[in-house]
Amino acid sequence: MIFSSAIKRLCATAVLGWALSGCATTGGANPEDPLQPINRAIFGFNDSFDEFLLKPVAEAYRAALPEPVRAGVTNFFSNIEDVWIGANNLLQGKPEQALQDMLRVVINTIFGIGGVLDVAYDEGLDKHNEDFGQTLGRWGIGSGPYLVLPFFGPSTLRDGVARLGVDNAVDPVWTIDRVSTRNSLYTVRAVNTRAGLLDAARVMEQAALDKYRFVRDAYLQRRRSLIYDGDPPSEPKAKRAAAPDETTVRQPPDFGRDDMRNAATERPANETANLCFEASALFVYPGTGAADDAAVASGAISIR
Amino acid sequence: MKPLLSLLFAMVSSVVLAQDVAPDVLVKRITAEVIDIIKQDKDIQAGNSKKIADLVEKRILPHFSFARMTQIALAVNWRRATPEQKKQLTEEFKTLLVRTYSNALALYRDQRIDFKPLHMRPDDVDVTVKSEVRQRGKQPVTLHYDMEKTAHGWKVYDVKVGGVSLITNYREDFAGQVRESGIDGLIKSLVSKNRAARSDKS
Repeated sequence: MIFSSAIKRLCATAVLGWALSGCATTGGANPEDPLQPINRAIFGFNDSFDEFLLKPVAEAYRAALPEPVRAGVTNFFSNIEDVWIGANNLLQGKPEQALQDMLRVVINTIFGIGGVLDVAYDEGLDKHNEDFGQTLGRWGIGSGPYLVLPFFGPSTLRDGVARLGVDNAVDPVWTIDRVSTRNSLYTVRAVNTRAGLLDAARVMEQAALDKYRFVRDAYLQRRRSLIYDGDPPSEPKAKRAAAPDETTVRQPPDFGRDDMRNAATERPANETANLCFEASALFVYPGTGAADDAAVASGAISIR
Repeated sequence: MKPLLSLLFAMVSSVVLAQDVAPDVLVKRITAEVIDIIKQDKDIQAGNSKKIADLVEKRILPHFSFARMTQIALAVNWRRATPEQKKQLTEEFKTLLVRTYSNALALYRDQRIDFKPLHMRPDDVDVTVKSEVRQRGKQPVTLHYDMEKTAHGWKVYDVKVGGVSLITNYREDFAGQVRESGIDGLIKSLVSKNRAARSDKS
């Protein structure tokens, strides 16, 4: 009961936020990022935090522990997370996926030594990527403006509220009473996640001209894709495929968001809505390391 | 006469074949080739960047349309660029993409790549080949190739990883640079980015 009213409140907040963002948009160059000056400042803070603390620790961690051990740590936390992923699949009306998630948890917990091994993968049970922000997006709630959260990295109003307010609240690690145990687990998880993204981050750093913009746009594209489980309604392909040499001058610079202030109004609400997460996994073509928490690779740090 | 004819026919049909390979068949073949090479080459696995760049240059580059990629990434600014600027932009962007691709390829471990069936009509000139990268402990990541039909066969003009389009992302990045410092400014930052990466490597 409390939970459902909390959800209602959250939805209301997100909706309100989205509406407000519509009003606030006019000043900024990018309709999806009206808070750019603040975001850039926080992005810079995260970047420094990463450069001077998290990244060096993650590098030491990677050097100290062999790959199978780190994979075990990743799997252990990933297994815990699968419970909430399943719940979100259920909330999104995807019982089949939810069932797969539950099977993963059961199989990996029992046969994978408490989740240290991902044996369910061999049974053809793929891991899914869900969180409460995606669930809200699925329900048609707009993303609101892009936000960079201190320590947590790229987000949006909707996803930030969902993550800090709901994902965190149901996170089993969060509910551990002993503070020292809880903090240790948090730290291990964050360092392990960051370690998994060291390579991806390097690829991203060498690819981006302006890291802030690059991460933002990758995140927003990625979240939109995730909400539709990798199959978002196709973009106007003919339009974007049209070579700019053609003399169709009236063609708007479709994806040059910075250039087109009016784009937000053209786009249906729930589409503007549906943007979010994950930066660097981007280029990590086959080696797509931790596509999951890739927000990190931006130097934005994702502590989960 | 007859053997000559059949030889001629064989030659013609092999030329036709090279240009007429279906886009999904092409991508599958290149993927398999490249993965095979990586699996057999210990140097590449150890991160020998010269060898990786060589692999990308020889096996992958010929199937990309860099001119098209640059045009799309530049959007409206492409028309505003002089021929000399266009040349520089294409060259520098190509260097950037090759490096990005090489860096990413170096991270390949033991992922499995599954292809989805491609539904295309015979007269299609623009298709998306869809694949999915699977790996233990990770959720699968989609890997889509946007391809166009050219006189020299099908060419890739965009890659989408996990729903993130490479070209769309650069479009934003480039537009911002042009707004701040013009097309020459964009060229300058591409050049210095490429230079920094080169010295980073050595």
